[in-house]
Amino acid sequence: MKQSLMIQTLFGAVPQEPNLLDRLKAGIQKTRAGFVERLEDALAGRKEIDADLLEELEFTLIGADIGVTTAHEILEGIRQRVDRRLVGDVSELKLLIRDSLLETLQAAERPMAHVEEPPAVVLVVGVNGAGKTTTIGKLASRYRAEGRSVLLCAGDTFRAAAIEQLAIWAERAGVDMVRQSPGADPSAVLFDALQAARARKIDYVIADTAGRLHTKTNLMAELEKMRRTASRVVPGAPHEVLLVIDATTGQNGLEQARRFTETSGVTGVVLTKLDGTAKGGVAVAIARELGHPIRYVGVGEKAEDLLPFEPDKFIDSLFSAPAASAP
Amino acid sequence: MFDTLSDKLQRVFKNLRGEGKLTAANMESALREIRVALLEADVHFRVVKQLIESIREKAMGQEVLDAFSPAQQVVKIVRDELIKMLGSHQSRLRFANEPPSAMLIVGLQGSGKTTSTAKLARWLEKNGHSPLLVSVDVYRPAAREQLAVIARSIKLPIYTGTPEEKTPLELVRSARREAVQTGRDVLLVDTAGRLHIDEALMTELRELRDLLSPSEILFVADAMTGQDAVKSAGEFHNQLGISGVILTKMDGDARGGAALSIRSVTGQPLKFTGTGEKPDAFEPFHPDRTANRILGMGDVLSFIEKVEENIGQKNAEEMQRKLLDNEFTLADFRDQLRQIRKLGPLESILGMMPDLGPMKDLKNVKVDEKELTRIVAIIDSMTPRERNNHMIINGARRRRIAKGSGTTVQDVNNLLKQYAQTRKMMKSFTGGGFLGKRLAKLKLPMLQQ
Repeated sequence: MKQSLMIQTLFGAVPQEPNLLDRLKAGIQKTRAGFVERLEDALAGRKEIDADLLEELEFTLIGADIGVTTAHEILEGIRQRVDRRLVGDVSELKLLIRDSLLETLQAAERPMAHVEEPPAVVLVVGVNGAGKTTTIGKLASRYRAEGRSVLLCAGDTFRAAAIEQLAIWAERAGVDMVRQSPGADPSAVLFDALQAARARKIDYVIADTAGRLHTKTNLMAELEKMRRTASRVVPGAPHEVLLVIDATTGQNGLEQARRFTETSGVTGVVLTKLDGTAKGGVAVAIARELGHPIRYVGVGEKAEDLLPFEPDKFIDSLFSAPAASAP
Repeated sequence: MFDTLSDKLQRVFKNLRGEGKLTAANMESALREIRVALLEADVHFRVVKQLIESIREKAMGQEVLDAFSPAQQVVKIVRDELIKMLGSHQSRLRFANEPPSAMLIVGLQGSGKTTSTAKLARWLEKNGHSPLLVSVDVYRPAAREQLAVIARSIKLPIYTGTPEEKTPLELVRSARREAVQTGRDVLLVDTAGRLHIDEALMTELRELRDLLSPSEILFVADAMTGQDAVKSAGEFHNQLGISGVILTKMDGDARGGAALSIRSVTGQPLKFTGTGEKPDAFEPFHPDRTANRILGMGDVLSFIEKVEENIGQKNAEEMQRKLLDNEFTLADFRDQLRQIRKLGPLESILGMMPDLGPMKDLKNVKVDEKELTRIVAIIDSMTPRERNNHMIINGARRRRIAKGSGTTVQDVNNLLKQYAQTRKMMKSFTGGGFLGKRLAKLKLPMLQQ
């Protein structure tokens, strides 16, 4: 099921975003420039498909942080087709890679858990500096624009000024925020937020969490506790656990996804900072190895720069001609 | 987790013993493994290519030394190459001839600039300097507040500006004046994070640089960065001319291959690593240790240094002797636990252990800090005789100990089991085996007995 369809069936009509594709194109301009152009470079002037060329393609994928294993698997598929003489022409290779990536991303697509009774609880997790707080701010604006009521939960009680940062985003998005003092138990803050949301019939609660390296067992246990708290107050919660991953992250992203899935039951990935030159290929590896869909991509610093991820559109804009004018 | 490179090479060279020489044929599959290992550690693929070439050159035709297995020999070649590339020695900070020295902290969003700024300030203070902090990140919500909060907690002065001062240039001008007036010798400037493609912010950084003539422009890079590290670091360097690199989040389990990429593209030295959330989790960069880490060989040196720093030379020597003589009693175990807790979160300590031999599974050990308190309580409930000889602890004693410490007999059993394992592990640590030999070779004061 397509993402848009899914949102439609769950929450009614999606607001029109006529220029979504253009914005996506503009947003990932740099990614495109890096990845597809390299791919084209590798293919340019080649007449024959030989081991050399295939290796060059593999490196292009690795260069996009897709990872040795995933890149190897994709190329292995292509190699087999070449061996069986199903591919003869160099020009087909680009298409094959495109299809392979698309297939991987589409296979991981799945809808958000059904919300029995509001609020829908969205827990946002990730390592330090991935862009959690910013993502929450943007997500709040997005839900607001869809006409939903939103309550933020300042669950990062650890990092200096994290609460203030979220408060500023809450103000920008025009939503309320539940907070306690720095150092408070995040589960307690979440509990308060969920109680308030139920009383006020809020549609969405988005909970921030402190950034944590996935190797810190104590902090990871804290996430488990937040999960438990959520499910006690709201049946079926958290409905969505978004792992925020910085597009510049390398192969460690996979390990992050594994550990966060173990402790907090990740249901989807938000790929941030895609407006840089980084390609975020690790999200493909995560989709392939763990089956987590990419839910959103962050392509800028403004509130509207968080775009819903749709594999076909994303791959299309990655592989199609550059957008005529980047703003 | 990943197999370590040495494991893989061990398999590749399994049949090599007796051939006597590393040949082109048997090197190829080894080089393939090395390549994959480096790529999985996020070293940029062009850098990998380059490295593989020089490794091939070095390794080819070498005699297989008696002391090493061929695998270890190749690992050594790889390791030496990595160290060479990372910079063969530690580099120091540069200061201006006339104080205050300005240092600009720059980097991508979320790489850890603000935290690193505070840690560097703390480190400078420990080393006899008197830093003044200022944040010029006027964009990210609450960024300046974040540095102010940290500055307060580490009790260092920060210039927070007046309400009229809105631009970074205004802020640093006043901050510098303040530094002069209050006699601070280093001005640390935390800048706004950016994606390097942001021309406007890059211009702002250049203006800051031209105004301040900083003695250091330190690029903060996340150890988890992937292939893009080359691009971001390269661009920052082209635009600004960075003078050094701070590698952050080394307390995670990222291999940190980005360090190699950055070093190779900028040619600038890596100067510090951030190793935890606490303000003191900050160390000068060690090429050899990072090389080990990229290869999955752990960071035993950092561990030992940390132990020395926190436990003190004498205790460390005593501990070392006991370990060597296998006189390590439960009382020592307890003391050690207490001391280890002083070192910081246990995970970061265990993370320094190599993935080799008996230590292999240590990394996946989940440590509950509360568990430590319980263990100490259990040992406290033993008699001195029991602590000195765990063999005498029978069922009745176990029940008494459990009662005394408010735990269960099962807890006591677990502890005794753990203790026995630790003894065994320590024995391999100091005794024979690859690691023991390696340790013995290092001329560390605590080992020179």
